[in-house]
Amino acid sequence: MHAALLLLADSRLPAGGHAHSGGAEEAVRAGTVTGPDDLARFLRGRLATAGLVAAALAAAACELGSAAVDTSERVDGDAGTGEGDPAMLPWRRLDAEADARTASPAQREAARTQGRLLVRTARRIWPSPALESLARAVPDGAHHPVALGATAAAAGCDPGQAALAAAYWSVTGPATAAVRLLGLDPVAVHRLLADLAPSLGATARAARTALHTWTADPGAPWTTNPDVPWTADPDDRRASSPDIGRATDPDLIGVEFMSDACWAALPATTAPALDLLAESHLRAETRLFVS
Amino acid sequence: MRTSSGDVRSSVRAHASIRTELLSGGGTRLETLRSDPPLTLRQTGPGVVHLVSTAAGPLGGDRLRLDIDVAPGTMLDIRSIASTLVLPGPFAEDSVMVVNARVGAGASLRFAPEPTVLAAGCSHRVAVRLSLARDATVFWREEIVFGRHGERPGRCRSRFDAVVDGMPLLRQELVVGDPASDGSPAMYGTARCVGSTLVAGRGATGTALGETTRETTREATEDATRRGHAEAVRTGKAVGRAVLRDGCAVLPLAGPGVLVSVLADDAVQLRERLEWGEALAAPGGVAPAFPSGQR
Amino acid sequence: MGAHHDDKHDAPDGHGRALRLGIGGPVGSGKTALVAALCRSLGPSMRLGVVTNDIYTTEDADFLRRAGVLDPDRILAVQTGCCPHTAIRDDIAANLDAVETLEERFGPLDLVIVESGGDNLTATFSRGLADSQIFVLDVSGGDKVPRKGGPGVTTADLLVVNKTDLAPMVGADLTVMSRDAGAVRDGRPVLFTSIREDGGAHGVAEWVSGVVDSWHHHGHLHDGEVVP
Repeated sequence: MHAALLLLADSRLPAGGHAHSGGAEEAVRAGTVTGPDDLARFLRGRLATAGLVAAALAAAACELGSAAVDTSERVDGDAGTGEGDPAMLPWRRLDAEADARTASPAQREAARTQGRLLVRTARRIWPSPALESLARAVPDGAHHPVALGATAAAAGCDPGQAALAAAYWSVTGPATAAVRLLGLDPVAVHRLLADLAPSLGATARAARTALHTWTADPGAPWTTNPDVPWTADPDDRRASSPDIGRATDPDLIGVEFMSDACWAALPATTAPALDLLAESHLRAETRLFVS
Repeated sequence: MRTSSGDVRSSVRAHASIRTELLSGGGTRLETLRSDPPLTLRQTGPGVVHLVSTAAGPLGGDRLRLDIDVAPGTMLDIRSIASTLVLPGPFAEDSVMVVNARVGAGASLRFAPEPTVLAAGCSHRVAVRLSLARDATVFWREEIVFGRHGERPGRCRSRFDAVVDGMPLLRQELVVGDPASDGSPAMYGTARCVGSTLVAGRGATGTALGETTRETTREATEDATRRGHAEAVRTGKAVGRAVLRDGCAVLPLAGPGVLVSVLADDAVQLRERLEWGEALAAPGGVAPAFPSGQR
Repeated sequence: MGAHHDDKHDAPDGHGRALRLGIGGPVGSGKTALVAALCRSLGPSMRLGVVTNDIYTTEDADFLRRAGVLDPDRILAVQTGCCPHTAIRDDIAANLDAVETLEERFGPLDLVIVESGGDNLTATFSRGLADSQIFVLDVSGGDKVPRKGGPGVTTADLLVVNKTDLAPMVGADLTVMSRDAGAVRDGRPVLFTSIREDGGAHGVAEWVSGVVDSWHHHGHLHDGEVVP
């Protein structure tokens, strides 16, 4: 494990994360999270949906970021400064993929705000072509998982570690927020997080697996491994067994969808309740958290 | 597996397709309407096709595919007669339903079948892949009911991908019946049904919601400012504002489209909430209302 | 955000960006009233922006807008996730973002005031966020407060003791407060004020004005600088 992963995952990383509850504040207000039991269910659902998507986006971004670092080393740091720089296209596409997986405008905004804050912080901590190229490509702030993946690359982490950090972020913020908002026993809540640890690892692995079918070149041909499911579910034996790979059967997929399929390979698990919570949070009279 | 008529059938592989064609006078003709039981298609009006299920299911092991190709400038409206009941098959196999839809320039597609009901023990996978030309219009509704009355649902993963002019508009996957996340307040809470309607293309951006959003740019910016959202303020861009009511959110997407997302206790409430949101997302009725005689 | 933001932040001198003034202090001591008073006094002669960190809703921002002392667009609110001191001290990212947002939209500005959420006596601004800071107390907390010290009271560039009009009613001895504050503050200034009676907080405004002048003319503030 790269030690920088610890800094990246630390809630004390000064990147504004402490003010985001990931829907927990609104769930507390709505009365759907009242104590450790429903908090545990909330966190599991969040990890299985937003967490998995964030992990995959972060892993993909780390891949892109590492490529940016390599390129810059090859050409002596002089790569891609222009607006038309083709190196920007994958960043923008990945960010657009994050947009497409975030139907709620409130969630998109929260994700971009966090991403922008993370990049501003990370550029001073881990100066790197990965972060410079992302900041140029998406100047208004990339989605947080994309920023996190680029930061991971800048810090020398690999995509699997980026995915793990993203999965971890997806549950620790809401858990901490619930402790503050409900006055829960922090030890009990950390116990919940400890219980989630195997799922965090599985989520990161699933994200990593999805990445195998993904390629950073939007125009690249379909290069999927037929053994990889088009959806990743770490706990689902059937999902990881080769026979479900039939869902990627070219017979069932129109040819015109092939090139899109590499981007589509990144998970898109959705949590409708989180969308509703995020939007109603925005309308709440009293808000202690940004999201 | 025993169907309602008492027959036993084995799993099937079916591939049905619909293709429209632009008539010289500007109307729509169904160039191809190929049924493949159990996917049976019936033309019930000009540019209107009903999906008529001619067998129970889908059952576990079934692999169904429907291709829809809406030619440039044409209009197509796809509905179904009754809800789809997804059942387990004789072997522990998933049922798979894949819909590939392509909507050409200036074309419009309305896809609004009756709900899919996930019966106990089913294991179902759905993949919808929707590819739109830049100025195509789509109204796409999906409703999923978690089990028959009083029944715990089987499992389902329903993946939806909409791409406009090569750029992703919406990608989402609903997972139902996963023990790890069942009953999560983050996913469906206590809801028994989930539904969504995507309104994309001209229909969405030219609608009242779009107009409202543009007209109230100033207000939206102030609102965002007031709520501390530096994003809108900093860029001066109005962030499309969602509209919210009990269990229903009308969500302007980052791309040209609006998603109506609903959680509900039962199928009736689900439809009511969706229709409420759809009226906001597409007040003019985006895709073909098809008054008789037109096209 | 573009590179220029970080460049501004990292700039060795103050040229090219506004002075960032932190205003902190316990709940109810009159931070928001002081911000409004400063806007009233300094608004005509300075280009201002305000960031509030109210722990509840956007009450402070709304109060300021209603007070009509500043163009509402120039007031941004930051949520702090139940931890007002974290947002001004340990993780200043959201506040820096808000400050730079104001500078980007309305710049160049002379002064950006960052008002912290009400907190305890240990809360101070990070030097990464505020170039200069004011700590606001009020007399109703009792005249022992300055003696207790705490980083806010001892290290702020200016200590303001507000609500002096209430001193007789709460039995607070201003002389004691002044003496104690002087003892723990190593000569840094203390001002007594009643914003209710002096809606422009003129003494404080004059001090701020001097700090801003120093910032823009010399490009920096001397440590512990006492103006005027």
